[in-house]
Amino acid sequence: MAKPKLSTVFLGGCFGCHMSLLDIDERIIELVDIVEIYKSPLVDRKVFEERSDIGLIEGGCVTEENVEVLLALRDHCDFLISVGECAIMGDIPSLRNTIPLRECIEEAYLNTVSTWNPTHNIPNDPELPLLLNRVHPCHDIVKIDAAIPGCPPRSDALWEALQALLHNKPVQLPYEILKYD
Amino acid sequence: MTNTTKIQETKTDTDMRRIVIDPVTRVEGHGKVTILLDNEGAVKQARLHIVEFRGFERFIQGRLLWEVPVIVQRLCGICPVSHHLGAAKAMDMIVGADELTPTAEKMRRLMHYGQIVQSHATHFFYLASPDLLFGFDAPMQKRNAGGVVMEHPDMAHRGVRLRKYGQKIIETTAGKRIHGTGAIPGGINKNLTPVERDRLLADADQAIKDACDALEFIKKYMEKHQDDAEALGAFTSNRLCILDSDGAMDLYDGTLRAVDRQDKIIFENEPVVNYLQHVAEEVRNWTYMKFPFIRQLGPKEGWYSVGSLPRVTACDYIDTPLAEKARREMIEALGGKASGLTMAYHWARIIEIIHGAEKIKLLLQDPDLLRNELVVKGKRKDEGISVIEAPRGTLFHHYRVDRNDQVSMANIIVSTTQNNEPMNRAVEYVARRYLQGTEITESMLNHIEAAIRAYDPCLSCATHAVGHMPLSVSLCNEQGDIIDRKNRAYFNSQQCII
Repeated sequence: MAKPKLSTVFLGGCFGCHMSLLDIDERIIELVDIVEIYKSPLVDRKVFEERSDIGLIEGGCVTEENVEVLLALRDHCDFLISVGECAIMGDIPSLRNTIPLRECIEEAYLNTVSTWNPTHNIPNDPELPLLLNRVHPCHDIVKIDAAIPGCPPRSDALWEALQALLHNKPVQLPYEILKYD
Repeated sequence: MTNTTKIQETKTDTDMRRIVIDPVTRVEGHGKVTILLDNEGAVKQARLHIVEFRGFERFIQGRLLWEVPVIVQRLCGICPVSHHLGAAKAMDMIVGADELTPTAEKMRRLMHYGQIVQSHATHFFYLASPDLLFGFDAPMQKRNAGGVVMEHPDMAHRGVRLRKYGQKIIETTAGKRIHGTGAIPGGINKNLTPVERDRLLADADQAIKDACDALEFIKKYMEKHQDDAEALGAFTSNRLCILDSDGAMDLYDGTLRAVDRQDKIIFENEPVVNYLQHVAEEVRNWTYMKFPFIRQLGPKEGWYSVGSLPRVTACDYIDTPLAEKARREMIEALGGKASGLTMAYHWARIIEIIHGAEKIKLLLQDPDLLRNELVVKGKRKDEGISVIEAPRGTLFHHYRVDRNDQVSMANIIVSTTQNNEPMNRAVEYVARRYLQGTEITESMLNHIEAAIRAYDPCLSCATHAVGHMPLSVSLCNEQGDIIDRKNRAYFNSQQCII
């Protein structure tokens, strides 16, 4: 029988939630034994061809590309989990939500003290994904089946959740392994 | 085998063929490569673009100075310690802590060497080693950490142990493995207990051994694959790093040294407070990531590289014995070519894991770590500048605060941004080397990704400020003139979705 499939995406985050997944340490050896990591920044597959049983989302939606990636993940996953505060709430990237986008961009490309920009270039290539006016949590865009809090969540919480789901058991995360910072 | 990477190919308006690798995988963050080929299949343009935006420099304004080390480390979940310490060091200057207590400085150094070991191990074993173990023609399903676990369990265990050891050091010094809170302006908020010390010390020799075993692997690999290594990028560059006052590698603090392509000194012994005299960042239209350059050489010639290889080749020596021995072996084996071989970044990275593990062992034996003097302060200033060698290279943090302790200006030049030009040159180099002819295969594209991967780019770091950096291709004619580039109306809210 084919192994169940796990896919992960990295949207507007810092990669810390993926790092927390790697923080299961030796259990990674057990993990790759019971599940196929199907599409993820950790493997080389570029497009979905089959469905995944579980999808993990790190990061909120910062660009239109994030939205497309999230929609594709929803289309191809049976059970979708927002992992960490950025996916759940927007978190640090959403600190820009109180500031006009134009100010953020001008700060980066025109005002910062080490910038050398005599022609006042602002990147504007047609291929650059549009920035959203606001950073959105993932549940603004698609239906989310579960969320695991933390910045990042504890690796034990990720491990317990995956274990339960992969063995068709109810997910019960004891309070001790949840955290919110 | 099905074409699992889906080679994406389209015609441009100019009739050139456009190949896209999207997303670049097994790197941290979002990146995309575009390649334009003319009708004969010759590479006309090859670019790495990165596709995210955060806006840290702007939204950090108004935050209180003590919050900064906690917030800005969220630039990066792989090297949060680098940003945590970079910001804390800048804030040290602001609170007038000109010299930290030995306990504070050594606790921070311990945290930082833990970060070096962890980040380098994550990159080498989890992300890059499948290329070296399986080759570029291996099936996609195998070319990842899972494949390494299945077929090279020794290598996998070594990687897991080293990464875990680095994370345990960080957890013990910073409170958490990821996004800890150990460093505060003027010092550190905890010392080490004897129990913690003994627990960490017990695994130190194993970490050094694992790193030395990895060194043997990479030495053999580079010897056996000399031609491959050259084909994945062989070009010299200017290099920048910090060193201690004696010219030795120092990853936590020091003065700036820049060397040119012939190893001649461009400047050295420069205190970081002068960084703006030496470094500037150019903005180009086609990517969100800026292009830093050495001012005295100008924007065209001044591009430079940072990270493990520049550090190992531009320092006078490394002050721990096993790492220094390994450094000499590498220089001897590669000769003058060392600094120009993209794939030698991996070798240098392993040398730095050894160095980090040796430093950790030395620090853990230092009684200063158990003492109680944790924080100092002095005459308050309104500006702070720091530099640190993050795993991926030199990292600058620069802040001004107002009299309410709120940040009024922030500037961060991250390591990966400084490797922007070298990475783009490597992409073009490999594309010209491999993408000849009309049929493009997955293996060819794998070589391009492997060259990018050698720099261990942290694209989430690099987007802190810089706008999202998705990739982009401008439309060029055969003379290289840009013939079409539409302005995307970032500033027109009507154009943004949602």
